[in-house]
Amino acid sequence: MVGTTAPEVSAAAAAGPAPVKKSESRNLNFFYGQFQALKDISMPIYEKKVTALIGPSGCGKSTFMRCFNRMHDLYPGNRYEGQIMLYPDNTDLLNRDVDPIEVRMRISMVFQKPNPFPKSIYENVAYGLRVRGHTRRALVDDKVEEALRSAALWDEVKGRLGDLAFNLSGGQQQRLCIARALATDPEILLFDEPTSALDPIATASIEQLIADLKEKVTILIVTHNMQQAARVSDYTAYMYLGELIEFDVTDTIFIKPKNKQTEDYITGRFG
Amino acid sequence: MPENFVSDRLARRRLRHVQERIIEFILFLAACISVATTVGIVLILLRESYVFFQQVPLWDFLTDTQWTPLFSEARYGILPLLSGTLVSSAVALLVAIPLGTIIAIYLSEFAPFALREVAKPFLELLGGVPTIVYGYFALLFVTPLLQKIFPELPGFNLLSAGLVMGVMIIPYVSSVSEDAMRAVPMALREGSYAMGATRFQTALRVVTPAAFSGIAAAYILGISRAVGETMILAVAAGMQPNLTWNPMEPAATITAYIVQVALGDLPYGSIGYQTIFAAGLTLALMTLFFNVLGHALRKRFRQAY
Repeated sequence: MVGTTAPEVSAAAAAGPAPVKKSESRNLNFFYGQFQALKDISMPIYEKKVTALIGPSGCGKSTFMRCFNRMHDLYPGNRYEGQIMLYPDNTDLLNRDVDPIEVRMRISMVFQKPNPFPKSIYENVAYGLRVRGHTRRALVDDKVEEALRSAALWDEVKGRLGDLAFNLSGGQQQRLCIARALATDPEILLFDEPTSALDPIATASIEQLIADLKEKVTILIVTHNMQQAARVSDYTAYMYLGELIEFDVTDTIFIKPKNKQTEDYITGRFG
Repeated sequence: MPENFVSDRLARRRLRHVQERIIEFILFLAACISVATTVGIVLILLRESYVFFQQVPLWDFLTDTQWTPLFSEARYGILPLLSGTLVSSAVALLVAIPLGTIIAIYLSEFAPFALREVAKPFLELLGGVPTIVYGYFALLFVTPLLQKIFPELPGFNLLSAGLVMGVMIIPYVSSVSEDAMRAVPMALREGSYAMGATRFQTALRVVTPAAFSGIAAAYILGISRAVGETMILAVAAGMQPNLTWNPMEPAATITAYIVQVALGDLPYGSIGYQTIFAAGLTLALMTLFFNVLGHALRKRFRQAY
């Protein structure tokens, strides 16, 4: 793989086949106007693994995640420095000549609060296909069903695909948003605290879903909940004040972190 | 100790109680003024129209194709006035609804912040121009302009008045629509962008449907303005009742007729005088219909975020 400054993963990762890099941030800095929110972040995202970003509020974990699908481009005054490589394209996503819309077509996102569109359940899931210009009924039908099945929602909604999405419960709405993100076969799925607005039962079903989805797709998840990171992720990154403090296999981070700061946060002495 | 004893520290404070009641009563009176005005107007319209319909059968009023209450051989068919009102309003709305919506989408979803802050007050200024100015603008500027394209266009016509009225209504439509779109939460837009949608797709497929109840309200407001507009039509459309669906002809609207008759010297209580109220009642019922429709649309499509 290309030369990198990313922290190397400890020996524990060597068990099983070596992970393949799907993406990688290299010396990433990010600025909201004058304020530097991310400082020199370098870390890999491994293919078909779940990588969790943890850290106290304001540490920059959401900001970091939103660099991957160029969401910061939507607001004036934001500035990136450094690179986010996407493989196998071997292309820097932050390059001026990269079209953010093409990036978002391959890297989907699920938000903190369920945000279904004011449309039917069917049209919500079909949205990504529609904006790509797919109109063939049979193809869209198939994709919608497949996505809803992958999001474990099909059995609950198959009889009422024409209903407004707002009529679903909060947990169902979030699974609908996951189905929406899946319908376009993304390569990376970003989850920005996907369960923070949900009750424990809905949370458990989303976590199960994430575990199932990593068969197909690379996942990056921001979470406030350390137990959640421990439960769902293969790799964990601990961030603090815009810096990456430690990145490693999740078990290592939670059982024997190398960094004192990480240990303090994990054990609840800080944060 | 008696059973319903109340300690001094918990006893009801009489003075505070009285103050509260006085304030409540003043607020109630203020609310009554607007309700009482509406009720008063409706009562007068109904009472005077009742007198009118004692002399003119309702059937004639609704089906007669002539409106000549001031002629010796008087006819009382509302249809000519209704057609004038509907045609001029349709022309106005064909201008105001598409343009107003496009402006709202542009200002809310595309315009940079600084431009929006400048453009919006200017746009709202359009709504502040006195309608008599618009009337003469239509008569002396727009009509001659149109006559270059359509040489046979008469000096008074519904087209020119309707077009100018449409321009006048644009800010009502765009301003309320834009507020509705701006109120759509950013999370919905981000959801759309994150799916790879363009700005235009996001505006059209997510923001507009999400703001639909507010946009419908804006349209209804525009319709009510168009139906009730008086001056532009009185000045630029001619005041001859004319049963036509052709905007290239002169015609009177309900409002133009009312202003024409009210300025004349009709004896109080004459049948000609009573026609004002019958026409006014028709207009009030039309506006009521649109308001009820708007209310129903808003309830039907309201979304809570």
